[in-house]
Amino acid sequence: MSCWQRGIILVCKKLFFAFFYPSRGYWREWQKKISLTHLSRLSGLGIAVLLFSAAAYGQGISKEQIKGLDEQVQDIKSDVLGIAAELNQLEEKLLYPSHTQFAVFVSLAGGETFRLDAVEVQLDGKPVAHHLYTFKELEALQKGGVQRLYAGNVRSGEHDLQVLVIGKTGGGTDFQKSERFKFNKDVGPKIVEIALASQGIILK
Amino acid sequence: MNRLFVLLTILIFSASAAWAGAPVPKELKDLYFGEALYYAYQGDWFDAISKLDTELTQHHGVDEPERDTLYYHVNHAEFAVGDFELAYRMHQRAGRAITAVIEGNVEESVRNEAIFRLARIYFQKDQPANALYALERIQGAVPPQIRPDLAFLHAQILMANGRFKDAAGILQGLRDVKSLEGFSTYNLAIALIKDGKEPEGRQYLDRTGQLKSNDALTLAIKDKANLVLGSKLLNEKNYEGAKQVLERVRLSGPFSARALLGSGWADAFQGRFARALAPWSTLVTRETTDASVQEAMLAAPYAYGKLNVFSRAALLYGSALEEFSNEVVKLDASIKSIREGHFLRALVREELKQDANWVVKLRELPQTPETYYLLELMASHDFQESLKNYLDLEQLRKKLGTWESDLHAFEEIIEQRRVYYEPLLPAIDREFRRLDSQIRLRLGQRDRIEKRLKAMLVAPRPDYLATEKERLISERLALLERKLTGAGAALPSEVEGRMNRLRGVLHWNIYTEYDRRFTEAHKHLRDLNREVEFLKRQYTAFVRTRQAATQSYEGYDDSIRRQRFRIREAKEKVGQLIARQGNMLETMAANELTTRLKRLTEFQIKVRFAMADSYDRASRAQIQEKVSK
Repeated sequence: MSCWQRGIILVCKKLFFAFFYPSRGYWREWQKKISLTHLSRLSGLGIAVLLFSAAAYGQGISKEQIKGLDEQVQDIKSDVLGIAAELNQLEEKLLYPSHTQFAVFVSLAGGETFRLDAVEVQLDGKPVAHHLYTFKELEALQKGGVQRLYAGNVRSGEHDLQVLVIGKTGGGTDFQKSERFKFNKDVGPKIVEIALASQGIILK
Repeated sequence: MNRLFVLLTILIFSASAAWAGAPVPKELKDLYFGEALYYAYQGDWFDAISKLDTELTQHHGVDEPERDTLYYHVNHAEFAVGDFELAYRMHQRAGRAITAVIEGNVEESVRNEAIFRLARIYFQKDQPANALYALERIQGAVPPQIRPDLAFLHAQILMANGRFKDAAGILQGLRDVKSLEGFSTYNLAIALIKDGKEPEGRQYLDRTGQLKSNDALTLAIKDKANLVLGSKLLNEKNYEGAKQVLERVRLSGPFSARALLGSGWADAFQGRFARALAPWSTLVTRETTDASVQEAMLAAPYAYGKLNVFSRAALLYGSALEEFSNEVVKLDASIKSIREGHFLRALVREELKQDANWVVKLRELPQTPETYYLLELMASHDFQESLKNYLDLEQLRKKLGTWESDLHAFEEIIEQRRVYYEPLLPAIDREFRRLDSQIRLRLGQRDRIEKRLKAMLVAPRPDYLATEKERLISERLALLERKLTGAGAALPSEVEGRMNRLRGVLHWNIYTEYDRRFTEAHKHLRDLNREVEFLKRQYTAFVRTRQAATQSYEGYDDSIRRQRFRIREAKEKVGQLIARQGNMLETMAANELTTRLKRLTEFQIKVRFAMADSYDRASRAQIQEKVSK
């Protein structure tokens, strides 16, 4: 074995032991990492992920930069919400004037466990709304949220409203229910609530 | 440091209860409030805030708010809007909304709940001193449903302010609260340790580490307690104890890789390399991108080396080197991909947002190599906040674009209405004016008749109720009389007698039928009144419709112009912020990958040397074996 070969092996051994033999220094580093782990933060992702080290991006981006940008994002959200509020009013005034306005809201009766698949609404014999429910929407209804299913315009006087509900019972059987209601539209806006229950459909 | 402990728990907690602030009222009276809740329950915060804001503005604008349906839920709604804003990460606005509730004329319990929420905002925004100051303002009744959460928050805030003893005192009282299972004892352990009561603190870590639960969050905090306690024991060279505690960590949990690595080291430190190989061998079969797995890929051959199985060690070093080389290539590709903008494009993919665990799913998608190494980074609070901001900005950009199109559609509708109504209205107005004057005339007549009938109640006037025929006969008699006496001649007595008889008959009829006629006249007036009422309704309906016709196309120009300007301005601003936020995310990701790349490159060098050494030892061992044979 030549001299340089022996030299290389010596260097290899030194490097190997420096790295793999768990010296106090190495162990301290490892301990530091463990403690960083338990200091790490979990976020809205839930628990599926674990931080193993301090945020490396910190080298390039400061907390102040993140905070500053976040405040600007909050400001623009506020501006856009302001625009949305004005647009809502403009839309209502333009498309659904108060004297002809008619709206249908859908809610689930408390404690209902049936699975709502779809609702169809006919106004004076004409279909005006049809909605297929996603799981999220159904969950929102079950928690007590109310959905505005239809907004439109009708003349003053008596009208006919027909509601068709398609879904599955708690036991998994398909069901379909249909109800017909009469309502009277006066000068002001007319808002009706359709409360859905496995026993039937109630107009409020 | 202690604050980070606390933040971990609150973040886990806030993840579990994304919006627990405002449950639906028992009896919902305001459907528009229900609609805002419908959006909130789906996590659609923008629409929830926008709907509720509009409803609250309208409620505050009405003359008699107590007649408005929102009146029954107004406090609830004010709270809810603050909660929605908080969920939409608009902490400044949420803080203002909640402060308004606190300063308003509200019940003590409502005020205290508002203070609790405000304190939570301060705490989440890393302002523990303000949070503590807010909580100190709580006086009197506290709603029962928030009492445990309030106490827990108080303890966390005290810890964040360095008052561990006080925090421990509060947490002692929360040990048995089911909803805080694991979190109360874990925080109590940390508070006691920080307060210098290490043995007591460890007891609570141990207690947390032995909890029995099916709840995912409780199990996570249980694992964490075991990891913390295990690392402490390892540090004290209590390897046996450390191994026992680390083995309590679930193999499927988020802390399992770290625990397996530590468990292996606990054996290795005792010279039990064969036993150390068991956890490390399990670990090396896992996802290579995990830092613990990479470390285990080096630790396992090291253990084989210690067991004098140099050939196996050399082989494992070889496979580690190959894996690291592959990972280096992947990392290079990922950094390149980020710089080309693929990362940001992947983050905004719509289909991912349907899944709550979308960041994990993102990893499974093709064409997103960068995400392999970013899972840990993506879980960090700052990255998450930045990412959510980026996604929110993207949503705002889309909304603004849609609204711009909506304005075009509105203008088209207005124009079509103008084209339809403008030619029709002049003729309609002319006809209306004519009918209007007729109506006024008839109404004047009715009023006069009514006045006269009223007067006749006091001073009867039968002549007023003479029929048309009677009036004509009376006039004809007068005319005849004038004709016959026209030239100054006297009326013949026979004629005069006949005329007087006729007048007598008329007079008789008029006076004897007066009561009946008077009653009938009133009846007719009542009939007329009904007709007049109907006429007035028709009149009002026409006026309203006429006004609506004009209002359907007039008076929108300024509003639309203003909206268009605001939208354009907001779009520009959103565009700038998206670019900055995107750049920030890319920088974070690229920095993270670069760090991992450097680490792997160092590993590669070290593995090469270690591998050479193992081959050297293996060949020497072979030679020695041959020599001894």
